[in-house]
Amino acid sequence: MEDFAQLLDALVYTSSRNAKLRLLADYLRKTPDPDRGWALAALTDGLDFPAVKSAVIRNLLMERVDPVLYALSRDYVGDTAETASLLWPEPAEPPSPPSVSEAVDILASMTRATVTRELPALLDRLDANGRYALLKLATGAMRIGISARLAKTAFAQAFDVSVDDVEEYWHGQTAPYLPLFDWAARGAEPPSGEDLPLFRPFMLAHPLDETVVDMADYAAEWKWDGIRVQLVHVANDSGGETRVYSRSGDDISATFPEIASALDIPAVLDGELLVRGSHQGGERAEQAGAASFNALQQRLGRKTVSKKMLEDYPAFVRLYDALIVEGEDLRELSWEQRRARLEAFVPRLDPARFDVSEVIEAATLDELATIRERARDEAIEGVMLKRRDSPYVAGRRTGLWYKWKRDPLLIDCVLMYAQRGSGKRSSFYSDYTFGCWDGDPDKGAELLPVGKAYFGFTDEELKWLDRYVRQHTVKTFGPVRETDKSLVFEVAFDSVHASKRHKSGLAMRFPRISRIRMDKPAHEADRIDTLRALIKD
Amino acid sequence: MPAATWIRPESHGIYIPPADCWIDPARPVARALVTHGHADHARGGHGRTFATPATLDIMSLRYGVETQHAVPAAYGETIELAGKVTATWLPAGHVLGSAQILLEHAGERVVVTGDFKRRADPTCPPFEPVACDVLITEATFGLPVFRHPPIAEEIAKLLAARQANADRCVLVGAYALGKAQRLIAELRLAGYRAPIYLHGAMERMCRLYQEHGVDLGDLQPVAGLPKAALMGQIVVCPPSALNDRWSRQLPDPITAMASGWMRVRQRARQRNVELPLVISDHADWDELTRTIEEVNPTETWITHGREEALLRWCELHQRKARALALVGYEDEDD
Repeated sequence: MEDFAQLLDALVYTSSRNAKLRLLADYLRKTPDPDRGWALAALTDGLDFPAVKSAVIRNLLMERVDPVLYALSRDYVGDTAETASLLWPEPAEPPSPPSVSEAVDILASMTRATVTRELPALLDRLDANGRYALLKLATGAMRIGISARLAKTAFAQAFDVSVDDVEEYWHGQTAPYLPLFDWAARGAEPPSGEDLPLFRPFMLAHPLDETVVDMADYAAEWKWDGIRVQLVHVANDSGGETRVYSRSGDDISATFPEIASALDIPAVLDGELLVRGSHQGGERAEQAGAASFNALQQRLGRKTVSKKMLEDYPAFVRLYDALIVEGEDLRELSWEQRRARLEAFVPRLDPARFDVSEVIEAATLDELATIRERARDEAIEGVMLKRRDSPYVAGRRTGLWYKWKRDPLLIDCVLMYAQRGSGKRSSFYSDYTFGCWDGDPDKGAELLPVGKAYFGFTDEELKWLDRYVRQHTVKTFGPVRETDKSLVFEVAFDSVHASKRHKSGLAMRFPRISRIRMDKPAHEADRIDTLRALIKD
Repeated sequence: MPAATWIRPESHGIYIPPADCWIDPARPVARALVTHGHADHARGGHGRTFATPATLDIMSLRYGVETQHAVPAAYGETIELAGKVTATWLPAGHVLGSAQILLEHAGERVVVTGDFKRRADPTCPPFEPVACDVLITEATFGLPVFRHPPIAEEIAKLLAARQANADRCVLVGAYALGKAQRLIAELRLAGYRAPIYLHGAMERMCRLYQEHGVDLGDLQPVAGLPKAALMGQIVVCPPSALNDRWSRQLPDPITAMASGWMRVRQRARQRNVELPLVISDHADWDELTRTIEEVNPTETWITHGREEALLRWCELHQRKARALALVGYEDEDD
């Protein structure tokens, strides 16, 4: 546990990607099985101890520390595990830290009934850094800037194997990944995944920004406003298995059972998950439309789905790529060849659940720009550009795929409340609630909150904003500071929808701070009516 | 009966109407009583400035406070102010010259701690708890997560990092007044005899400490030295210089920072610190609460910092307390 705690701290304090890779690779090489596998799982969010949740830790703390002092501390530190590690009463006995695998065994054996006795006993065996590491391992909320991709790259580096192979073999494996270490460190046969419904890493796009591409080399598609999914079906003895994976590789099959059950031919497909409706797609909405992201949101995050949900918000997948079809790996083929295979394949599937994303005809980038302008009227996010001769490669490779979102909408709002952030921004007032006027501010109109944003600004601007909030606070409500309503933000957002959840009756999609308008007096900020006029529901 | 009605917290300082004096005012006033030399407490431009001789020396070095406007008050010395108010300067253990100010009037005693700590510090005499009716305390680290470790552990970490990296230097960001000199003095106490290299902004203050009899050993300016000469060495700079272009002249520095805030990982990360050293010149949570218990005042007033938590502690311990909404005291670099 000490080595793991040391690794965590070293990772926290290291900002360079290469240095992080070195630290991790060193640890993986030097640490014995199964400790290194458990540690790797903890770092990539692959461990789950049902009895040990944030709320349990919080409750244990509340029995030992005054709840108000706990809340103030948590708010300042910005991380439950770290707060708990610092507030935990120092045990009288000297530390006797368990190994990582011993800790994992104990954590895994805890039940709701025993956790309140066994977790404190485990914490009492550790010092503050050890407690931090244990709680991070137990709850999985690492927030130390290690993506799954970085961990896999470090694994590849540690044993001098290809990262694409690591990605490929990783997904069928569970912690502590012994076959994976046997393969990489000891030259054993790689774990086979042929008849397992494995996730394959997505191919991702760069923003187009200032890049100019020749439309002779690229195909264009609409960028639909849903969620990216990968569908995997494998045939096996028990009649086949289908998985729906989200962009992060999470299995969301249970959330979308109608999709999972509709794919019955072995394949790995890439597409956008949407809900039927007429919000997106303008004139084409009749035959090829989709509901707003808002509608899709009703379906997200559910572990079980009611019949009514399935009827009210029927999901389908708009496919745009095929990675594997009936055992044949297409990833080395060009986009054009894969597209042809996809178009030939989709008619074999249920049309209620699957269609193919339309290719936009545009001879030049200017022509595409004009078409993209229309995207807002049709409530589509923008367009995608895909190089016609590009293979399907994991991650974000320069020059192959581009996303070209439509320009955001802008509105001037007034800062009303600020709250401290988490993680990297802990103790900074970095979450801002802003409002628009409900009438003429010179005739006594009031501000109504219309949204909340916590990014869009630089680190320098954040420091400035943090100081501004502290100096312009008029009231505090626990962790929230009410400011004097003098600062104007230009807020960028993708769309706005009617919402019963907010007092203003509006909900913005993807709002972010686009500029701090120090030059603009608050009474010149926009009114609610201006924002309401932008609703396209 | 409300305590000490002859003292009034204003947004920019503590005011004593019968004497027409301010304590650590944030703007120029006719008469200022100053606890210590940090910029947020000691500002220039006052009519008269009352402070310890060391604090006056620091102020004259930093803000050019003119000596004919300065009234020195040695530790333990009582000065009669107007309106039958007396003031006595007592050690606060924060930095060289730092003092608590004991105010007495109409049979009541009020102690303003200024910034203080209870740990040993080779650069200044220790804090003395003084009985009083009203204790006006700081709360910079007024949260129970702040428990500063023994300084010897942190010094050992610093020396180990230096030892393990012969081809790099350890660059320690430390407040130019107080923290830097304490760090150097502690390194000397730990037996580290090699020259310690200084950023230009540190030199004059270190010299002033030496003139006041603090042993800092061999100090050398960084300026003009080749990278090779600094490999395996310790360099001290103000926190603002840590990520500045200035540090590019150093051999692949390990960025360290000596500050109580380093207790919280994300605070260290926000400053791109690789080697956090939890060293503070402020009282931690245990020192703050222990001080209130020892002094045992009728009322506790809290000037700046994490006042909500200390207020809550007072409430839990049935102690009368209030937070003063003073502006301008921030100790982000401690």
